[in-house]
Amino acid sequence: MKDFNYHSAKDSKEASKLASSSSAFLAGGMTTIPSMKLGLATYKDLIDIKNIKKLSGIKVSGKSVTIGAATKHVEVSNSKDVKKAIPSLSSLAEGIGDPQVRNRGTIGGSIANNDPSADYPSACIALNATIHTNERKIEAVKFFKGMFETALKKGELIEAIEFQIPEKSSYQKHPNPASRYAIVGVYVAKHKGDVNVAVTGAKSCVYNDKEMSKALSGNFSSSSIDGMDLDSSEMNTDMHASAEFRASLVVTQAKKAVDAC
Amino acid sequence: MASLVGSRVERKEDKRFLTGKGRYTADINLANQTYAIFVRSPHARAFIKKINIDKALKSSGVVSILTGKEIADDKIGGLIAGWAIRSEDGTEMKCPGNPPLAKDNVNFVGDPVAVVIAESLAEAKDAAEKVEVDYKVLKAVTSTADAMNGDTIHEGIDKNLCFDWLLGDRQKVKEAFDKADKVISIDIINNRLIPNAMEPRACVADYNAASEEITLYTTSQNPHLSRLIMSAFGNVAPEHKLRVVAPDVGGGFGSKINVYNEDIVCSWAAKKINRAIKWVAERSESFLTDIHGRDHVTHAELAVTKDGKFLGFKNETIANLGAYARVFGTVTPTYLFGPCATGVYEIPAAYTNVKAVYTNTAPVDAYRGAGRPEATYTIERLVEKASMELGIDKTELRIKNFPTGFPFKQTLVHTVDSGDYVAGMEKAKQMADYKGFEARRKESEAKGKLRGIGVTSYFEACGIAPSAAVMSLGCGVGLWESAEVRFNPTGQVTVYTGSHSHGQSHQTTFAQIAADELGVPIENIDIVHGDTDKGTFGMGTYGSRSLAVGGIAIVNACKKIVEKGKRVTAKMLEANPEDVEFKDGEFIVSKSNKKKTIGEVAFACYLPGVRDEMKSPLPEGDEPGLKETSFYDPSNFSFPAGTHIAEVEIDPETGHVKLEKYTACDDFGRIINPMVVEGQVHGGLAQGIGQALYENAEYDETGQLMTGSYMDYTMPRADNFPEFNIGYTCTHATTNPLGVKGCGEAGAIAAPPTVMNAVIDALGGQEVTMPATAEKVWKACKNLKKSNTKAA
Ligand SMILES: Cc1cc2nc3c(=O)[nH]c(=O)nc-3n(C[C@H](O)[C@H](O)[C@H](O)COP(=O)(O)OP(=O)(O)OC[C@H]3O[C@@H](n4cnc5c(N)ncnc54)[C@H](O)[C@@H]3O)c2cc1C
Repeated sequence: MKDFNYHSAKDSKEASKLASSSSAFLAGGMTTIPSMKLGLATYKDLIDIKNIKKLSGIKVSGKSVTIGAATKHVEVSNSKDVKKAIPSLSSLAEGIGDPQVRNRGTIGGSIANNDPSADYPSACIALNATIHTNERKIEAVKFFKGMFETALKKGELIEAIEFQIPEKSSYQKHPNPASRYAIVGVYVAKHKGDVNVAVTGAKSCVYNDKEMSKALSGNFSSSSIDGMDLDSSEMNTDMHASAEFRASLVVTQAKKAVDAC
Repeated sequence: MASLVGSRVERKEDKRFLTGKGRYTADINLANQTYAIFVRSPHARAFIKKINIDKALKSSGVVSILTGKEIADDKIGGLIAGWAIRSEDGTEMKCPGNPPLAKDNVNFVGDPVAVVIAESLAEAKDAAEKVEVDYKVLKAVTSTADAMNGDTIHEGIDKNLCFDWLLGDRQKVKEAFDKADKVISIDIINNRLIPNAMEPRACVADYNAASEEITLYTTSQNPHLSRLIMSAFGNVAPEHKLRVVAPDVGGGFGSKINVYNEDIVCSWAAKKINRAIKWVAERSESFLTDIHGRDHVTHAELAVTKDGKFLGFKNETIANLGAYARVFGTVTPTYLFGPCATGVYEIPAAYTNVKAVYTNTAPVDAYRGAGRPEATYTIERLVEKASMELGIDKTELRIKNFPTGFPFKQTLVHTVDSGDYVAGMEKAKQMADYKGFEARRKESEAKGKLRGIGVTSYFEACGIAPSAAVMSLGCGVGLWESAEVRFNPTGQVTVYTGSHSHGQSHQTTFAQIAADELGVPIENIDIVHGDTDKGTFGMGTYGSRSLAVGGIAIVNACKKIVEKGKRVTAKMLEANPEDVEFKDGEFIVSKSNKKKTIGEVAFACYLPGVRDEMKSPLPEGDEPGLKETSFYDPSNFSFPAGTHIAEVEIDPETGHVKLEKYTACDDFGRIINPMVVEGQVHGGLAQGIGQALYENAEYDETGQLMTGSYMDYTMPRADNFPEFNIGYTCTHATTNPLGVKGCGEAGAIAAPPTVMNAVIDALGGQEVTMPATAEKVWKACKNLKKSNTKAA
């Protein structure tokens, strides 16, 4: 690992002021540190945001659950409030990586990183999340831009993620047996008006499967998507799963999610 | 005194390991030490045109940079294959040179070309990035099946073929097949595995210019053997000027048998720079450069009568050696594989033919089970298929072909002294509720799931091995083991053994044995291993040999102590040595009932004379002191055996295989410590099930390792396993005084075919290769659905 400067920011303002084109925020460090160790990334400055009080914590209002960006996965999975309001979100957090990762990794780091097989991005899409930054509010559908790419500008800091509480929801992940990231993860959320079927792992970026969302909005039953033949042409192929298998898994996991709602 | 052998004695090691006081190689730091980083080839096959170290030398903190040229100039030898195999046509095997630092050619990704030694690890890393190696990249050969058609990797080794070996009689097999009612045939792949010891390899080399001695601390399963190889073949230093210490070793599974490039380079370089050098592998280096295991492509056939008697067996295998032949690289796919490939069955005619090929991949060598998992997978997949094709119950078919009695003259090489395969099968069936399976299958079907049951009956030849036998088969050393038992004057005992523990609990089990033999409390017995300066010599730990060979050496040395004790007691008590009996730590003169404790006798041995109260004259011909040595050479291998039964449930929509039940009923002979044996069985099963369902080392066609980290290489985890159902049948080995057989490898040997037989049973007999990943199983489920719809 190359030498770098370590800064501990006391508030969002200081954090974004310190940011430059050769810096990264240090939240859980679960992505940043390994990539630095492997020489895949080098930064001149690491700006630790864990000590910014405002960024941690969970608030539940009537309609939404708001989670501070530096809140750890373990805090989300253990939160009684989250369990009550959106149980599927708590179980998603419980299914991330392993205890070590959950004890350090954060929700803000996860969505800022936007790994194509990360779990949280699907929750953001399915639960009509709003991403609060130090500069603005961004709708989830506009936040996730592409592989490891988001709407965040340089130095822009996520402060919190606000999830809309659905009527019913479930997240079903088919994990990569090695890394336990999602080969395919499907988050189904039934809101008052419509249904979202957010899919992670299948393509280069999380997306809302319009076809399934529509079918389920009409009839919220797994039979309405059973046997659906999804287009696999844009799906990922790697040594763990072909595009064809992923396409099938998307439907299977969506069915499971609907059945579990 | 109650016998300790057979009881669940708590591990002496635990306090140290559980409180962080274990001392591993990486824990060792020497004064004024430097740090080594190896510059490794990023290419699977290339010609080294030029190495430019100028920039790197100027990097801060650099002490020295050495390349293949210096090592060749200093006439340091390369890595070797320890076992000479002859081809069927009588020619010697062909092995390329394997210099510790590549000079002209690199042959796998990770092959080291230079070492950078610096004042700190960070400086060594920075400088290593500045070493410029100009490669001419050549086309890599990576496929096991096609290796013989690829470009020639090593000059003069035609078709990349190391040897083409035959065990058995082709003509007899042909005759047997001519008589058969049916021939069952199978094509299988034994997937390549990466051992993944928890402790990565490491070494610290030190040089003392005054005594001209090199001390190498290293992660080795066999420090004495490492010293011999480094001295005799590596030319690093004469044996008496080289001390090899392997402190606590955190797992090896065979991967720490070999002397590795880094051991030789660091030892040599430490002398060159006259400073200590430390090197610790990063996990990615372990993935790339530790030896890998398995990697066979096999076609096998079984000739049977219609009522299920086995008549003949053919086994045509291509075994991947990787880039170079290493210590047990050539024996693993031959003598450790071929003889066991006929399994626990009487098969009148059989042969195994192995073509061992070089490829541009990491060297393949002995990995937990070494050859026997591959053998067992071959025969047990074949027998399971035969049971399907013949419509005979899988357990009945096996029993029908079990040997009728013991000793069992196995078809190709071994004479198995003891066992009771039917009893093992019956017990396993009961433990697994074999009878209740159909009901469970129906329950699964009702949930839309597929359920399968798989059986394996295995034997294996371990406790390697009689020197006469192995040397006649080409082994470069004799595989005996030594032990030395020393009494202190005040009665405690130190046992030096040539075996070494890398997780096998020898400090407990060996102490149990010595405690029983000598009647000394176990607290007063220390087991010392892992240091060539302590103890005479030893062949080390692999092939489930520590107890069956090393343990017996301890027993024999203890027996010599007792014999001397009898003579000394007789002299002290003025009796005949023949009238002295030894029991529970006391020497008793049978006629007078006078006695001496073993502690008193030990004390007397160190004070051989008469003074005041003390009368301890030594018998004539005996020397003072109480210390005995034994070099034990076994008369035969030992032959653990057993039956394992697995049950899986498959979700046809996702292809997910859930291992529902796993039953292991093993015969390990006498069990010294059931708790330790359970640990060994659990670990072996985890690795065996890992091979069947999860693990796979994959190279792409350019020779890049695709599964070079835990993000892609699936190490099984605790939540992948059900509660293991473990039982034993104990028929004592007749070839050693303890009646022990060896338990370290059984799980890894039996589990792969057991699990795969269950998976394939659930899939209606469709073949899938290991590991049975979700996608492969999902595809097979789709086919099954198609063929079911067609049939309906
Ligand atoms: C072994 C392992 C297994 C894993 N398994 C899973 C899994 O199963 N599912 C899953 O979803 N993830 C998994 N992860 C990823 C894990 O969830 C990480 O926590 C996450 O990707 C990054 O979060 P972090 O807090 O560690 O971020 P860091 O590594 O600290 O930062 C990552 C990036 O996000 C940026 N960043 C961090 N916080 C903010 C912020 N508030 N505002 C703007 N930018 C920010 C940083 O600048 C940096 O570029 C795994 C990771 C590991 C190491």
